[in-house]
Amino acid sequence: MADTSVASAAAQPAARRSAGLPFALLVLAGVAATTLFAGARFGLMLVLGLGFGLVLEGLRFGFAGPWRQMILRRDPGGILAQLLSIGLVALAAIPLLGTNAEELIGSQGRIGWAMVGGAFVFGTAMQVVLGCGSGTLVNAGSGNAVALVALPLFCVGSLLGSLHMDWWTNLGALPPIVLSGGSGLALTLALLAATAAIVLARAAPGSRRIPGRYVLAAVLLAVLAIANLVVAGQPWGVVYGLGLWAAKGTAGLGVDLSASGFWSAPINAARLGASILTDYTSLTNIGMILGAAWISMRRPGALDQPVPRLPAQAWVAAALSGLVLGYSSRLAFGCNVGAFYSGIATGSLHGWVWFAAAFAGSVLGLRLRPWFGLEPRQ
Amino acid sequence: MTRRAVAATACMMLAALLALDLAAAPPNPYDAPALFALGSGAAPVGGFCGAPGS
Repeated sequence: MADTSVASAAAQPAARRSAGLPFALLVLAGVAATTLFAGARFGLMLVLGLGFGLVLEGLRFGFAGPWRQMILRRDPGGILAQLLSIGLVALAAIPLLGTNAEELIGSQGRIGWAMVGGAFVFGTAMQVVLGCGSGTLVNAGSGNAVALVALPLFCVGSLLGSLHMDWWTNLGALPPIVLSGGSGLALTLALLAATAAIVLARAAPGSRRIPGRYVLAAVLLAVLAIANLVVAGQPWGVVYGLGLWAAKGTAGLGVDLSASGFWSAPINAARLGASILTDYTSLTNIGMILGAAWISMRRPGALDQPVPRLPAQAWVAAALSGLVLGYSSRLAFGCNVGAFYSGIATGSLHGWVWFAAAFAGSVLGLRLRPWFGLEPRQ
Repeated sequence: MTRRAVAATACMMLAALLALDLAAAPPNPYDAPALFALGSGAAPVGGFCGAPGS
């Protein structure tokens, strides 16, 4: 009997892991259908999104977590890996943008009051829910209930931000400032190196290194991000797709968005009327959720863990934080991915300003977590 | 409730979103762009995070 029960217990994880196979086949069928019914470029973008999800969840890499580690424990590994990855993308992206300006576009945002404030608030909220744009998607796919609560409200917040964007931007904003050409690349790499030096100087003794899996994640993310630019003609982003989902849902309910300056702009109006299977950020967002879900299915016991019992105020905080994440990232011209990662990697100065403001906001966010019941008060 | 139910809910929400969108705006494969934007000669027309307001 004992042998049977032991064998049965051992067989359970294997059986659950095998559930990943039908899921993988379903996802591959989705990729094939997207390729067939929307176009090869869109099928390939879904594959790239799956890659982002596999890397982020499979190597447990992200954006909010490493910032938290740096602020709380002065552990620089994750943030150094982020800087490394951005530098690798910049090495390819800035020259490509310079020589193919008619086909490719960088992640350019306007530095202004709303952008800086939006980035600060985003940094605060992302530490409350421990998930940024990509993190919320990946966490929801891997079974994190807080992220699942935050995600729909992230979409709604992004839509609301887009509706108010003109008002906020009119408070004052500079035109996009782009570091381009050889000097732009050199300056970007020098700024990344200087930031890394500051991070290393602030790091706890004995922790001044990048763990191997973070190096691998940084390189793989860079490869995927460069591929994103080459295939889509635009850098990796997250927030636009989430706002588009909410906008399409709202329009589907009969609300006319044509009075909105944002949604009446030609590119955005075209997206609103087209399938989300032809929207690049939507496709990579979908891929990230599915890629993370598949990794979790393959990871023994990962999906068998119970959802944590949190006080009601924690769930309310998660929901409100989702709303704030969406709203603020729209005003800030992106989240950690679209503004910080892709912004800096494609030479946009707003990426650097976003980084400084969001990092300051993260310090505040980590102090707020205990007050929302998400961590024990000290 | 386990994380399995949460992950399944996330996937079902995605499926619902796709189903509703496909019903409202089916893609047109005959309108598909070249596989790679780089080298296509076409200007980028996708929505992106840095998209300005009006």
